[in-house]
Amino acid sequence: MRIGIDVGSTTIKCVVLDDENKIVHNSYERHFAMIIEKTKEVVEEVIKKFNITEPVQLAISGSAGMGLAENAGIPFVQEVYATKVAVSNRIPDTDVVIELGGEDAKILFLKGNLEVRMNGTCAGGTGAFADQMASLMNITGDEMNELAMNSDKVYSIASRCGVFAKTDIQPLLNQGARKEDISASIYKAIVNQTITGLAQGHPIEGNVVYLGGPLTFMSYLRDSFDEALHLKGTLPDDSLLFVALGAAYYANEPIDLNEALKKIGEKREFSAANALEPLFKDEAEYKEFSERHAKDTVQHRENFDTSEEVFLGIDSGSTTLKLVLIDKDGSILYSRYTSNQGRPIDVVVELLKEMYEKYPDLKVTSAAVTGYGEEMMKSALGIDLGIVETVAHFTAAKFFLPDVEFIIDIGGQDMKCFKIRNGAIDNIFLNEACSSGCGSFLQTFAGSLGYEIAEFAKIGLFGQKPVDLGSRCTVFMNSSVKQAQKEGVSVEDISAGLSISVVKNALYKVIRVNTAKELGERIVVQGGTFLNDAVLRAFEKELGVNVIRPDIAGMMGAYGAALYAERAHASAVRNGKADMDSKGLISKQELDEFTYETKSINCSGCNNHCNLTVNTFPGGRRFIGGNKCEKPVTQKSSDDSHNLYEYKLKYFEKLLETQPAEPKQIIGLPMALNMYEMLPFWHALFTKLGYGVKISGFSNRKMYIKGQGTIPSDTVCFPAKMVHGHIIKLIEDEVDAIFFPCLTFNFNEHHGENHYNCAVIAGYPEVIGANIRDFGKSKYICEYLGPHNKGHFKKSMWELMNKYFGPVSKGEVNSACEAAYAAYAAYENATRARAAEIINECRQQGKKIVCLAGRPYHTDPEINHGIHKLIAQLGFGVISEDSISHHMKKLTLNLRNQWTYHARLFSAAAYVSRQPDMYLVHLVSFGCGLDAITTDEVRSILESEGCLYTQIKIDEVTNLGAVKIRLRSLIAAIKQAEEEAGR
Amino acid sequence: MKTILKHYKKRVEYSLKMKREKYTILIPEMAPLHFRLIKPILARDGYNTDLMGYEGPDVLKKGLQYVHNDICYPCLLITGQMLTAMESGKYDPNKVAMLITQSGGGCRDTNYINLMRKAFEKAGYPNVPFLSANIWFMEYHSGVLMRPSTLLMAVSGMVYGDFLMILGNQVRPYEVNKGETDDVIDKWINFIIGEYEHGRGFTKGAMRKNLHAMGEDFAKIQKTDEKKVKVAIVGELFLKYSVPGNNHLEEFLAEQDCEVYMPSMLGFGVYKTNGALEELKKFGGKPWKRVIMEIAMKWFLGIEDLLISAIEEFPQFTAPERVADLVKRADGIIDRANSMGEGWYVAAEVLEFAEHGYENVVCVQPFGCLPCHVAVKGVLNKVRQVDPRVNAVDIEYDPGATKVNQENRIKLMLAVARENLAKS
Repeated sequence: MRIGIDVGSTTIKCVVLDDENKIVHNSYERHFAMIIEKTKEVVEEVIKKFNITEPVQLAISGSAGMGLAENAGIPFVQEVYATKVAVSNRIPDTDVVIELGGEDAKILFLKGNLEVRMNGTCAGGTGAFADQMASLMNITGDEMNELAMNSDKVYSIASRCGVFAKTDIQPLLNQGARKEDISASIYKAIVNQTITGLAQGHPIEGNVVYLGGPLTFMSYLRDSFDEALHLKGTLPDDSLLFVALGAAYYANEPIDLNEALKKIGEKREFSAANALEPLFKDEAEYKEFSERHAKDTVQHRENFDTSEEVFLGIDSGSTTLKLVLIDKDGSILYSRYTSNQGRPIDVVVELLKEMYEKYPDLKVTSAAVTGYGEEMMKSALGIDLGIVETVAHFTAAKFFLPDVEFIIDIGGQDMKCFKIRNGAIDNIFLNEACSSGCGSFLQTFAGSLGYEIAEFAKIGLFGQKPVDLGSRCTVFMNSSVKQAQKEGVSVEDISAGLSISVVKNALYKVIRVNTAKELGERIVVQGGTFLNDAVLRAFEKELGVNVIRPDIAGMMGAYGAALYAERAHASAVRNGKADMDSKGLISKQELDEFTYETKSINCSGCNNHCNLTVNTFPGGRRFIGGNKCEKPVTQKSSDDSHNLYEYKLKYFEKLLETQPAEPKQIIGLPMALNMYEMLPFWHALFTKLGYGVKISGFSNRKMYIKGQGTIPSDTVCFPAKMVHGHIIKLIEDEVDAIFFPCLTFNFNEHHGENHYNCAVIAGYPEVIGANIRDFGKSKYICEYLGPHNKGHFKKSMWELMNKYFGPVSKGEVNSACEAAYAAYAAYENATRARAAEIINECRQQGKKIVCLAGRPYHTDPEINHGIHKLIAQLGFGVISEDSISHHMKKLTLNLRNQWTYHARLFSAAAYVSRQPDMYLVHLVSFGCGLDAITTDEVRSILESEGCLYTQIKIDEVTNLGAVKIRLRSLIAAIKQAEEEAGR
Repeated sequence: MKTILKHYKKRVEYSLKMKREKYTILIPEMAPLHFRLIKPILARDGYNTDLMGYEGPDVLKKGLQYVHNDICYPCLLITGQMLTAMESGKYDPNKVAMLITQSGGGCRDTNYINLMRKAFEKAGYPNVPFLSANIWFMEYHSGVLMRPSTLLMAVSGMVYGDFLMILGNQVRPYEVNKGETDDVIDKWINFIIGEYEHGRGFTKGAMRKNLHAMGEDFAKIQKTDEKKVKVAIVGELFLKYSVPGNNHLEEFLAEQDCEVYMPSMLGFGVYKTNGALEELKKFGGKPWKRVIMEIAMKWFLGIEDLLISAIEEFPQFTAPERVADLVKRADGIIDRANSMGEGWYVAAEVLEFAEHGYENVVCVQPFGCLPCHVAVKGVLNKVRQVDPRVNAVDIEYDPGATKVNQENRIKLMLAVARENLAKS
């Protein structure tokens, strides 16, 4: 008899094999982090069932089983290896195994030499991820599977990690996208993640076997894999038990089970080094804390005269809906805080109906909406006033603390912090997509450990040794928690540790504070997450200051909106503009008859082909979501006249019209990374030599998907990942040669001490060469070239042409090179001249100018997600960093200024800081390591001159809602600064 | 002419006065064995130095607090170590200086020193001077002046360190009398320190003599003839050697009953010098630069030969390959002009080790390391195709990465390695 036990991240499995290797016993259950207890139970069950007294062969496997096995002296087998052992025993002709578990994902390539891939520090696309997404939509995993089968379209959802995906799904839900489609999209995202994140360029083909919980239970997921891989994989019997099975096969050492049981039971103390101070030393401290926070309350009035003027504020957040009704003094008459259940419109209508039920004669004088769902709520409910979230929160915070210096709001999905300087919002920090696991993260964790969130937080308050879980992305915390569980840490200490981590994440990752002093003394904390006392306490402890938490912390947005509605009304009355018949909100009667319709369509207005969700409300009001530009809304193309980004794209398109009459061969250029600047150069060079030049076109989603199977590093920046699709496109187009040189150095623009390209740009052509296995009919050229050194470059280019295209004279190549340098200079001059025109024209029209500063490849529409258009729509002229950097001389920096693109960034920042009507918005690609260095420097250049700094982090999927908030807050800050100046 | 920006802060110079006042220069410890020789060498020219090997969550916390969290792990860790040292009470905070390497290449490490200065400024230590260890004369400090002989001694220290490390690692797992290998290493380190104190031991002749004697000592150690899983560690320079950096990787592998091969440090230096030369060849440059680099390369190759020949005298030990041979292994995988960060070196090394019986490889890299996207993850697929024996696992390090995840991945690699060992 042989026994295998698999202690996974969420479940524990046990298999007993008889001497003929038949399964005579198996079990599968969730362990809710009670690893030691559950393992004991499982072992006891086996002892009892088979009446075991003699030593038997036993092995343990699984990510949570390692420490346990070591302590108990039981042989441990690594879980992927166990899978391999089981598969080679049960299904010997398998080529590839795809195994998804609770928190891990693995691919085994069995053909030839064994190769195994498992998720490393990034843990997206796993079972826990699917569960989390299902709970976000308020459905079970099974329901999600059912729903997915009835889908008819797929949205792109970031698959890298659960937190990203959530940020994508939430707005979709809020816009009213169908759950069927979202469910299907989630499964596709998991498939994408597995293929890019794990296969990393290794083709998945042959006999594929699916294992593990998610693939067993979710048929749609299997189908999605089949579809993506163009094959039919098999799901074996006992697909859940393979790791345990492998452990059983592996077991070859007789173990005395009763002895082992005793050792398993020995609880070990968690290593003291990882324990933090408890949140409260004693009851007295807790009492002081509770009493202090009980003071920050707003007045509530239950009974009021319905003829009074009342004001309504609605905060349509990412996961919640908040509604506050106030009188003209700010007392709360009525309020609701509820989950939006993924269908905010239905929920808000219900809430309003309830309100009217309680106060049938109520007449809302004025109403305002804020939050992610602002636009949709406005059209649905016929409300005119909208206010950007940051301003709403600031308005509310001022009510509690008029001279507030710092506001931090941690909600379910997002985190907003802003500094107040001179009574205006000065500096805004929003969580980047990577750290957005705020309140809902705690909630999900509580759920996975079998607790309600309130209870979970409460037990954490008195944890004696909170476990230190680090302060990085919450996905990483999952594995830290796993480790803590492994070491037998109590749920109390895990709960406290998680609260502390959320706080650290906010402080060190999002706000990037160095000392508490920076935030000032007068801090207001808000957002639903701060209603959790453990988080509040952790925050105060970490900063060492006492903060104000209003009793309506979770409703500050709605409260601020209500105050705003009140003030807007008052000011209208003062100016004699108040139209007393304005209804401010649809009436009770309209509400009773409220119906709406949701349709999803593909926009055909431009190459983006956005998935639009069209909601039609009573009275013909429409709301369109999912759009990247205003075209589908206004039916007009956006005004690109003052947008340098559009100008650049047109310039490139125009350029390509010039081709030799009879091209010798066609050379393909991938339109990625530095090609967004070097195109004029290479185009001139090759056409001059008589070659046709074909580009892969501007990026789009489809192209990206095509290339994703060949991406070896899942943490590299999106612009680099995009390259793969471009290359595949060129291979499909059967160009004669694909030219993608390695440029270690960029041109020397004499702005810095050196003129490097970043390591990714310099070396990525090598990555392509090493990971795309078949270039078809095209030859691939990725030589190292140095255009920065003209003389040497001509020589290398001549050698290159001879090597790949046959004999050509030195003179010909020389003059082609001259043409290339001239074309590059012409492009440079044209963009600079156009930028100067834009600046002039904007100044004449009184428009402000935004320098959207990033890198040349941020011109790519798939990479910039149309942010330049969004800025233009908000009424700014848009220029780029490379169009103004030449105005500055060499700068003194607190850095070694050694990368050409980044040197431009610093110069542009310095230039902008000297212009009264220019603002810098810094585009940063997620995963761009160099920006870890540049962002702080750009910020300090701007701030030392008293300028605002706005950073937007972008990735393969970007939530434009958050971008809009940032930009609108910027506008609000600009306005306020102007008012201050005017006073 | 430069435009002076408002946010600019002039860097603090390490002055001659500071040197005379015996400021403690703190150096982050990288390779524990090699670095034992640093202190006596620098003391020769009047520098008072100390090594920092701090680790643990508090150290990382300080790093996370004062540098951008997306910066590479080594920068974050070392900053944390430096700040821990400041608060340790062991040093007078007004009388310390920090030393950090600066490659001058296109990798982010060229700016570590500046990020650390910013961190110190924010942490309330704006007056601590930072010294850059680089070969390009990138920053001038009036207090830094070393005799050529001291520099030569430093190079010899690297050679001795490499020799002791490489041979020690090949003997220690098999020694019959536990502790014997480390006794030999200790004996020789102390001997070399003594020699240095007398201004001896760093000439080529002395090195040859000492290395041979060391080799004989190692050869004499009684070994079992067990077969063990042989694992090589490759990847990002700092993480390869730094114990706090790689979460005690070498120790962990030893516990798992493996023989661990650590690549030579000198080899990396030769690779980098070669890289600078290749760059000049590929992209052109001033002829005098090339002449200087050619001379430097030639000299370096001589030292490299000295080390490798000394190991080759003992056929029972595996010697590293000479860079001139090694580079050929990269051909067809990644161009030799790629020398940003680890460049072609990792690919070539993995193939070298596989050839020498160390086909099991742990590739260490900081999470999100830019050159590693190319040099490690980018080319590993190709390397595996070229030599299917390669059984490699890449491990990423960052403050959030847990030991349990890292060890689990390594254990998987080891399970495959054990299977292969049993088959052979």
